[in-house]
Amino acid sequence: MGQANPGNGTVYTETIVFAAPEQYVDDAPYQLAIIDLEEGGRLNARILPESGRVQIGDRVVFVELRNGVAFYARG
Amino acid sequence: MRPVAVIGVGKTAFGAFADRDLRSLAVEAIGHALADASLPPSMVEAFYLGNFAGPSFTGQNHLAPYVGLAAGLSPGIPCTRFEDACASSGAALFHAWQAVANGVYDLVLVGGVEKMTSQTTPKVAEILAGAGDMAGEGKAGATFPALFAMIARRHMHQFGTTREQLAAVAVKNHANGALNPLAHMRKNITLEQALAGKPVAEPLTVYDCSLVSDGAAAVVLAPLSRAHEFSGRFARILGIAQTSDHVALDAKTDITTFQAVRVAGEKAYRMSGLSAAEIDFAELHDCFTIAEVIASEDLGFARRGEGGPFAAAGCSAINGRIPINTSGGLKSKGHPVGATGAGQVCDIVMQLRGEAGQRQVRRHRVGLAQNLGGSGATCVVTILGAP
Repeated sequence: MGQANPGNGTVYTETIVFAAPEQYVDDAPYQLAIIDLEEGGRLNARILPESGRVQIGDRVVFVELRNGVAFYARG
Repeated sequence: MRPVAVIGVGKTAFGAFADRDLRSLAVEAIGHALADASLPPSMVEAFYLGNFAGPSFTGQNHLAPYVGLAAGLSPGIPCTRFEDACASSGAALFHAWQAVANGVYDLVLVGGVEKMTSQTTPKVAEILAGAGDMAGEGKAGATFPALFAMIARRHMHQFGTTREQLAAVAVKNHANGALNPLAHMRKNITLEQALAGKPVAEPLTVYDCSLVSDGAAAVVLAPLSRAHEFSGRFARILGIAQTSDHVALDAKTDITTFQAVRVAGEKAYRMSGLSAAEIDFAELHDCFTIAEVIASEDLGFARRGEGGPFAAAGCSAINGRIPINTSGGLKSKGHPVGATGAGQVCDIVMQLRGEAGQRQVRRHRVGLAQNLGGSGATCVVTILGAP
């Protein structure tokens, strides 16, 4: 892809997904969020389970990309 | 443009029908609609079929002639499928209306169909997720309930909307659907049941989510000047508009309102010369309880941010100020996605004609149908009036 990793941000909204699509059934339940990025724009991301649950307005930091999906943790 | 009438409507029951295929459902609804209009299939001049994901759900593509010829339509006419996610048959209706209004055809058939229940729940979730941005939100693990759960969370955060207010929408729509002989789930639920439902995507439980259903609906259009030639029980299309917005939820500036709904509403109101206060009743696209709350705000029935209290106070009940989803809505009537837009129009027309039985509303001169695609990337609003 050659693109830089996304930066840190704050949680614009979030949910915990219990009924997952076929490819993520084994991950459920997992937290999904839309992040307001510090550099501008928004991003769909997953919250690392070990980071604990985040809420709207929480600051989050980028951790890694897994198969193209951005994972964040509480900042 | 010339005025257009709905001269016939027809639906199948919505539900889980293991022994029925997509085509047989569509053919049944078309048969009901043509019989309702007293129109032989050979007189139909064009067929517009709404269907979201027939190829994914059933493996069958090329659906419009596949259904149309089986329903007895003439081989010489154009049969075309329209796909705009859950607004597929709303979009088919909009384009059919354009053709009749502009004099291209006189007698046009609109259908909508979906056959969903032959797949497992995770597979259905995956197919439906295709109505969103698969490279972004879909890849990150968003289902449609998850997208609307994130919308609900933000609405709760900004306006103080509560779980109880969302549950009140589900309780109301189940009470209405219990009175609808064609509804998928005809049972009353309590507020406590709705709140204690199995979580799907927090804060939404199964009771906040519409049903995965099989079903079909059909509508016959004609120029108003010819409406009296057929059954005589017609309704007028007073206003109609289709709009679009970004498919991805994270591309929208504010997810607590749907711009596509607001603009479609404004355009349809302008065409009809009516305001929200002059609408007697409505069918709103309650794919999730929060979607009905937001649509009631975006179309001007409730003030911005007050759709939750509006529902909880009973304003949208059958005997309320503006009855919403007297059919039971997608929540209880069922949501065979490609059939939903045409189905809403059938339900509006039945109310306008005074044929809604126990669900009949007192004032039934003007009704509004709002059909939403995806998380607000397509909207069709149709305002219908008694003759």
